[in-house]
Amino acid sequence: MERKKEIKCIVWDLDHTIWDHVLLETPDVQLRPWIKEIIETLDRRGILHSIASKNDYGAAWGKLEELGLEQFFIYPEIHWNAKSSSIANIQRNINIGMDAILFIDDQEFELEEVKAVHPAVNCLHADRYISLLDDPRLMPRFITADSARRRQMYQQDYLRKRAEEQYQGPSEQFLATLGMKFTIHPATEEDLQRAEELTVRTNQLNATGKTYSYDELFVLMHSTEHQLLVCELEDKYGTYGKIGLVLIHMQETCWRLKMLLMSCRVMSRGAGSVLLTYVMREAKGHVKTLLADFRDTGRNRMMNISYRFSGFQEESSDGEGNYVFRHNLQQVGNFPKYIEVRVLTESAGPRGEVYGLSSGNPEIYR
Amino acid sequence: MDYRQEIRKFIGENLSLEHEGAVLSDDDNYFELRFVNSLFAMRLVDYVERRFGIEIENEDLDLKNFSTINNLHALIERKLSRKGAIYE
Repeated sequence: MERKKEIKCIVWDLDHTIWDHVLLETPDVQLRPWIKEIIETLDRRGILHSIASKNDYGAAWGKLEELGLEQFFIYPEIHWNAKSSSIANIQRNINIGMDAILFIDDQEFELEEVKAVHPAVNCLHADRYISLLDDPRLMPRFITADSARRRQMYQQDYLRKRAEEQYQGPSEQFLATLGMKFTIHPATEEDLQRAEELTVRTNQLNATGKTYSYDELFVLMHSTEHQLLVCELEDKYGTYGKIGLVLIHMQETCWRLKMLLMSCRVMSRGAGSVLLTYVMREAKGHVKTLLADFRDTGRNRMMNISYRFSGFQEESSDGEGNYVFRHNLQQVGNFPKYIEVRVLTESAGPRGEVYGLSSGNPEIYR
Repeated sequence: MDYRQEIRKFIGENLSLEHEGAVLSDDDNYFELRFVNSLFAMRLVDYVERRFGIEIENEDLDLKNFSTINNLHALIERKLSRKGAIYE
């Protein structure tokens, strides 16, 4: 299903865009009409906000605090450097595609400067900010619990990153200080909106690049031949939300991974490998062979490498970027020590049977 | 050219060893010694491609080629000689 590419983050200018004058000339600037309401509404939809403003940082941030807007902006870039470099920093910090950014400014020069360096960035003149709420690129199909708290999750990420930068010592020791808990459970109906959202939003860590609609996922969830699993991750800073999805087609002698994806926010946490390890252990426990689908989308090379480095071998390919991998399951690794893995089983799901797991208490691997 | 020391340095900077101060020998399998995340794997492939100006193709993406310093060094030399260039 093809959809208009969603915008994940709006980067705002300040002077003559968020407020009505130039702050350093007119200290009592006023917000332009409906700005706060628009930002709040988009924030609830899960759209992130940031700032690229040529301004004095102290003065500008102080004004945002005074106006009660500061909590909405992540990774603000307030200084005198080129806005194209600000956009590059924001894009790197949030870890999204350039085409998922919308830049708003009142000066043609700035819009053109950004566009010249980053052609994929969407640009909008500040005079048209009122149109934002009706822009289809800013209307996700569902607003899930995860989208509504997306900004807070990025703010927690910021604290994690800072702690990580300040930590002196091996990175795995740092990871151990986070107290990560990784939960895997069968998808329920409440998970499906977020599951669809994940298939639409995830590019780099999506093994097939295929998106699934709510209805398709609903059918798969109830299929006795399929297992649809959802993963969540939390640590001492808070929850990362539902960050992974896997679909297994369970045939008589063979399990086939039809979909494997992970939010890019957990890329450095080893979460993708944890999930793969879990699937391999389960398949081995059931004496099934394990196949996996991979499609080269040009953006998901990390998944290709993850499969191959996890011991998957290329079984076949069609020469058009579609691959089938096979794992012989002779060597299946353990979970990393720094992450606690819990597998929750369905108590009385529609399948009536839960594969590989004794029902009741969660299994905890350490 | 012997790139082993340089590879060791890259791995040391991007992968922490269990015991501080431990030195990775040329035949230590650093993927076996620890749990490797996808990000490290990606960085390693990316580093090899950029540093040596070679393209790692699907048939090269075998864990064996990347799992010890000696194996990786052999892969790099193979790719470079096939490229027919002397790399400085």
